[in-house]
Amino acid sequence: MTFTRRLMMAVAVTALCGFAAEAKADIKFGVAAEPYAPFTSKDPSGKWVGWEIDLMEAVCAQMKEKCELVEVAWDGIIPALTAKQIDVIWSSMSITAERKKTIEFTTMYYNTPSAIIGTKNGDTDITPDHLAGKTIGVQVATTHQRYAEKYFSAKSTVKSYQTQDEANNDLAAGRLDYVQADNSALKDFLNTDQGTACCEMKGQAPEDIEILGEGVGGGIRKEDTELKAKLDAAIHALAKAGEIQKITEKYEKLNGEIILPKE
Amino acid sequence: MFIAASNWELLWQWKGNLLSGAISTLQISFLAYVFGLSLGLAGAMGKLTGGKVLKGILEVYTTVIRSLPELLLIVMLFYLGTDMLNRLMLTLGYEAMRINGFAAAVVVLGFVMGAYATEVLRGAIQAIPIGQIEAAKAYGMSPFLLFRRIILPAMLPYAIPGLSNLWLNITKDSALVAVVGYSELALQTKQAAGSTKAYFTFFVAAALLYLIISMTSLRIFGALENYVRRGQPKLG
Amino acid sequence: MDFSWFPKYLPMIIEGIGLTLALLVISIFIGFLLAVPIGLVQVTGPRWLKWMASGFCTVIRGTPLLVQLWLLYYGLGSFFPQIPGIRDSFMWPVLREGFFYAALAFTLSFAGYEGAIMKGAFLSVPKGELEAARAFGMSPWTVLRRIWLPRAFRIVLPTLGGETILQLKATPLAATVTVIELYGASYQIRQDTYRVYEPLLMVAVIYLALTYCITRLFNFIERQVPQRR
Repeated sequence: MTFTRRLMMAVAVTALCGFAAEAKADIKFGVAAEPYAPFTSKDPSGKWVGWEIDLMEAVCAQMKEKCELVEVAWDGIIPALTAKQIDVIWSSMSITAERKKTIEFTTMYYNTPSAIIGTKNGDTDITPDHLAGKTIGVQVATTHQRYAEKYFSAKSTVKSYQTQDEANNDLAAGRLDYVQADNSALKDFLNTDQGTACCEMKGQAPEDIEILGEGVGGGIRKEDTELKAKLDAAIHALAKAGEIQKITEKYEKLNGEIILPKE
Repeated sequence: MFIAASNWELLWQWKGNLLSGAISTLQISFLAYVFGLSLGLAGAMGKLTGGKVLKGILEVYTTVIRSLPELLLIVMLFYLGTDMLNRLMLTLGYEAMRINGFAAAVVVLGFVMGAYATEVLRGAIQAIPIGQIEAAKAYGMSPFLLFRRIILPAMLPYAIPGLSNLWLNITKDSALVAVVGYSELALQTKQAAGSTKAYFTFFVAAALLYLIISMTSLRIFGALENYVRRGQPKLG
Repeated sequence: MDFSWFPKYLPMIIEGIGLTLALLVISIFIGFLLAVPIGLVQVTGPRWLKWMASGFCTVIRGTPLLVQLWLLYYGLGSFFPQIPGIRDSFMWPVLREGFFYAALAFTLSFAGYEGAIMKGAFLSVPKGELEAARAFGMSPWTVLRRIWLPRAFRIVLPTLGGETILQLKATPLAATVTVIELYGASYQIRQDTYRVYEPLLMVAVIYLALTYCITRLFNFIERQVPQRR
């Protein structure tokens, strides 16, 4: 039937047009579509702002490349990279051996310890035995989730959330007793009205390099060696020139809290 | 549970985000609807006139899609679809394509809706008295003319209620795209709510926006139904 | 394709199926009990009740379930800390669980959709039968219990299977509020194993099987109810 055939052609063409619109190659930086202050968050005008966004702009200026920011769901961010929806994961992703099986990382651009916060009660003991029977919230697919599962899941309930923001919110709402995440992101939360009212810092999780990784880097596809070289060079150059330090100084809460690359 | 004055201010500050979210919800829904309808029309014609193989494939398509949860389908097609497309491009010797979230959302939602639309349209076409179609054939109408002049106008009165339902479903299902990280109304609301901590206010606002969309759509489809039924006796 | 993770996650999958079915049964059962009065008052109730019931149906059917669920979970959740003493109350262990909010949202949703269907069912019971019942001197309550409700129920019965499947397909939304039901389990497995497709394929097959069982179950129930025509 010619009509059916014509119709199918039309459908196929419509579908392809949607994809083809995306031809020109800016470098696409994937950011998790969630507020992760002070690194990435949306302001009321809908623009992404934060330390990592500033750094991204500096890196792109250094590479003399045009960059585009793309929102991706955090839990699908690695598939999004391998499916070429984005070129770089730029979303506070820790460099771990586990992830390195699938993707490659740039050189580390910041590092922050893993910390635990909890309901305000003055009790700062965070040994696994002391947390027995409590509920600990973590963001899914993070180093903190792996850590909590290794050390706490035997005696406590570990609940995973799609975004850090949801975990923080459930802690404030009393649905969780503790939250484990990046020290600096948690400190930022504790500085908000909600955070001050409900919660306090319990302490830093004891180091475990194998799980917690060696800092945060940009995730890239294994075969994109050229892009990795460019990004690494840009990060090194910015670190050497003190530019990353300058960006950090703009964020009072981060100053002195995160470890920056030396050069 | 009253919305405090400060929350009104927050809502006002973030109104741009919510409205742009609502607009992208409408855009995704509309394009996916058009795509889904085209698939549905092709599917319905295939089911009615196709050969054994085509009919079998279409049967699997409509049955499987309609028995799986939309969220699962969207997540599955979102990753599987983009991945398969890229593998296909690579085997054909092309560069892998960059697929933006918008296009993926439209195609995935449209593909899911296509299965439902196939059944709605097939039912509507089958409701046309066969004599009308045979008469048109006897006049020597080409298949295209037959479709445009006879099948389409005759089936619309039967199809409109189902199609109206599908449109309402797709505006609501588009909220599921939030889960794969595309910024339509539901995700914009969640981001705004998360940033301001005024969860209740923002979700109520989003619900109202969705409600406005559905109520307006119902009106439009009601008018449309009256129009396509203009040649038919009044029901009831 | 690699399914070597399967044995390790089997308990999680079984628990997920359990939670999915629990959400389904709770929401259908309580939702249907709510739908009966919601449908009824739209047909016979006083005007203000009519308005409330049809308003409820419009809101439920006009907004995405995902937004309703998030409104309850995050919106209500953010009010609780403001209520003094709530964390010590006996209700708290329930109120702190995502399951409660998912069950609540799904129940209300089912009540909204089914309420509109029940309204139609009540309307389509032939007037003559109700008039005959009244002529027998039955009280309005008896008419409802003996004639109107059973007849209306028989009218909606064939649609109930389809509605149940629609409801089953809505349950994965619970995963977005920390309930590890069937879809949530596949989500966890995906995150743990970095395998994208296999866990999704596995739950897809399970959902297909569940849909099939529900269809069979309702066909069976329908055959048990005598149809006098």
